[in-house]
Amino acid sequence: MAHKFKDILDALPEYRTAAESARETLLANLVMIGEIPAPSGQEDGRTRFLLDRFAECGLHNSSVDEEGNGMAILPGEVGEDSILLVAHLDTPFTRKDDHTLRVDNMTVRGCGVTDNSLGVAVLATLPTLLEKLNIHLNSDLMLMGASKSLGSADLRGLRFFLENNERPIRAGICIEGIELGRLSIGSIGMMRMEINCHVPEEYDWTRFGASGAILTINEVINKILEIAIPRRPRTRIVFGSVEGGKGFYPVSTNAVLRFEIRSDSAEMVKNIRRQIEDIVEELSSKTESDLTCKVLASRQPGGIAFNHPFSTHTRKILKRLGVEGRTSPSTSELSVFINHNIPAVTVGISTGEHLNQANEKAMIAPMFTGLAQLVGMLLAIDRGYCDATE
Amino acid sequence: MQLNEWLAHNTFHHSAFWDLKQIVREKEKQNLKVSLCIPTLNEEKTIGKEIVIFKSELMNRYPMIDEIAVIDSGSTDRTREIAAEYGADVYLSEHILPEMGARKGKGENLWKAIYQLEGDIIIYIDADIKNIRPRFVYGLLAPLVYRQEIKYVKAFYDRPLAFSQGVRPSGGGRVTEILVRPLFSLFFPDLTALVQPLSGEYAVRREVLENIPFPIGYGVETSHIIDVYHKWGLSALGQTDLDQRVHRNQATRDLGKMAFGILQTFLSRVQKLGIVPQLPELHTVLRQFQVNDKQFEQLEHHILEEERPPMITIPAYRKKRGMDG
Repeated sequence: MAHKFKDILDALPEYRTAAESARETLLANLVMIGEIPAPSGQEDGRTRFLLDRFAECGLHNSSVDEEGNGMAILPGEVGEDSILLVAHLDTPFTRKDDHTLRVDNMTVRGCGVTDNSLGVAVLATLPTLLEKLNIHLNSDLMLMGASKSLGSADLRGLRFFLENNERPIRAGICIEGIELGRLSIGSIGMMRMEINCHVPEEYDWTRFGASGAILTINEVINKILEIAIPRRPRTRIVFGSVEGGKGFYPVSTNAVLRFEIRSDSAEMVKNIRRQIEDIVEELSSKTESDLTCKVLASRQPGGIAFNHPFSTHTRKILKRLGVEGRTSPSTSELSVFINHNIPAVTVGISTGEHLNQANEKAMIAPMFTGLAQLVGMLLAIDRGYCDATE
Repeated sequence: MQLNEWLAHNTFHHSAFWDLKQIVREKEKQNLKVSLCIPTLNEEKTIGKEIVIFKSELMNRYPMIDEIAVIDSGSTDRTREIAAEYGADVYLSEHILPEMGARKGKGENLWKAIYQLEGDIIIYIDADIKNIRPRFVYGLLAPLVYRQEIKYVKAFYDRPLAFSQGVRPSGGGRVTEILVRPLFSLFFPDLTALVQPLSGEYAVRREVLENIPFPIGYGVETSHIIDVYHKWGLSALGQTDLDQRVHRNQATRDLGKMAFGILQTFLSRVQKLGIVPQLPELHTVLRQFQVNDKQFEQLEHHILEEERPPMITIPAYRKKRGMDG
């Protein structure tokens, strides 16, 4: 059993070999989880599967909470506190999409394989791997498949859990399928917004300038692009999707624009939001179409410092595994940990391509490095190397 | 055994066998060896997944299967490479019993598996199943483990996408409903209780497999059922509902070829069993038509349902199994 941090680093190749020997278990879990459709709010099939796996591995307190989070506990030797490992269960695909996964000797392919079926498969496989390695943590290990995470679901599952959890949580790790080497230690300020344009049925289409909903949304985009974006604090407006119209010739009566404001500064996010709301109000009155603006989700900036022991030790683990660590901000589960002042990071498990497309692809070989990284991190947290120094 | 009694006692649902540990215990108590055979021809899209799932769940987690073998008809894609990567024993059909020559057809692979594999029970699973799950194996194996009198268990798939309370029809695919069920109704009414007699998934005891002939083509499933029924009676057959099976859909024209092969096998069986008098020599060409530039063209398919003899009659098999003292 590794006690010094150097021992943990030295044991990483052994962890990777053990992970390789669990290849079929990991891939079988990935396929069986990945082929269960799980749009946000409809993750129950995946939750059931995960709980069955936890029960088969002899985990304790296997349960589903009110929001549909599926979780269980691998009890620690001491059990005074817990390490929470979380992977979101939902995917951006609908139930109608073909969720069949394909496995060849180098890749696994199909809807949602990297985001985030692989993360959930890791949760299901980790107890087997720890048993293989005869690793017993002092802290309890809480494994959680989080429901209602993506898009407008706005991390509801993890939020609910952390608001109602009474167990002390020492640290959190958010698992994403890709990219291995990713290390998110903080969240940027973010606001996820949706602008809807509806043209009333009684609209006078003969009126000069009559245009339809798509052109109005286009006008909104042009106006947003005119907003002055500072270089510092770093700020961006990311346009995610536009939907509208019904075919070739009918003038569109509905259109939707979805986007995010991201900034290192919470104040800057608020400032841009106000400007966008003004644009919406102005265009709504000018065009006589019904323009509405909704905030679907928001994040406060924050996180652990770059030189926090959790961050530095994770980077050392990645380096020893031959992986170049890349620190980047996250707007996912990590931000919920930040809101609760729990030190946490987000890491990836493998490399892949075509994220969120039907031909999404995860490479198999790097997955074992990703698992070894996770085992190293768990031991580092458990032995106190990731605790903040006073 | 009456048909209704058989339906009540020999028709199962896979969920009845949820306790996989219990199946493993019972299998070990009986000292049974179980082989899984996957016949393949260009199945690179699905073979990796099948082997990964069976190996992880039914070899490593619950040691129910003792060997996983892919018997390949000469795939030109990466089927054999992928299967071997995940630990299946991969065989080229033509390399097994080479002195018996090589024939093309799924039945040939199934027959050669009897020689090559070691199991007291062999489970055959098609390689083109997109929604493969462990139930496809344990649902077929469990009745053989728990019920000594059952020798041959067929899969069927019967989960409707939507249905209100009451009576609903249940049945097989197009060839089953249009050809096989009417034929069974005419000649073997008991066998109509098999919901999907043509399904490609079944588990069989070796004592049965080595004693029945194997058509090498489309007729293998039909002939098995008739032969098992004739030799061991209805009570030796069982069927398990495995819920849904997602697979490639076949074109009607391909189903025509399948029906032609099955019909050849069926007629040969009823003649051999003396149910119908001597038939004239039957043609082996199926003719289908297509229109090419306003001209009707004839397409000829030569389909000859050759048959392999019971494996127990093959000297190399008898020698391998130590049957001749």
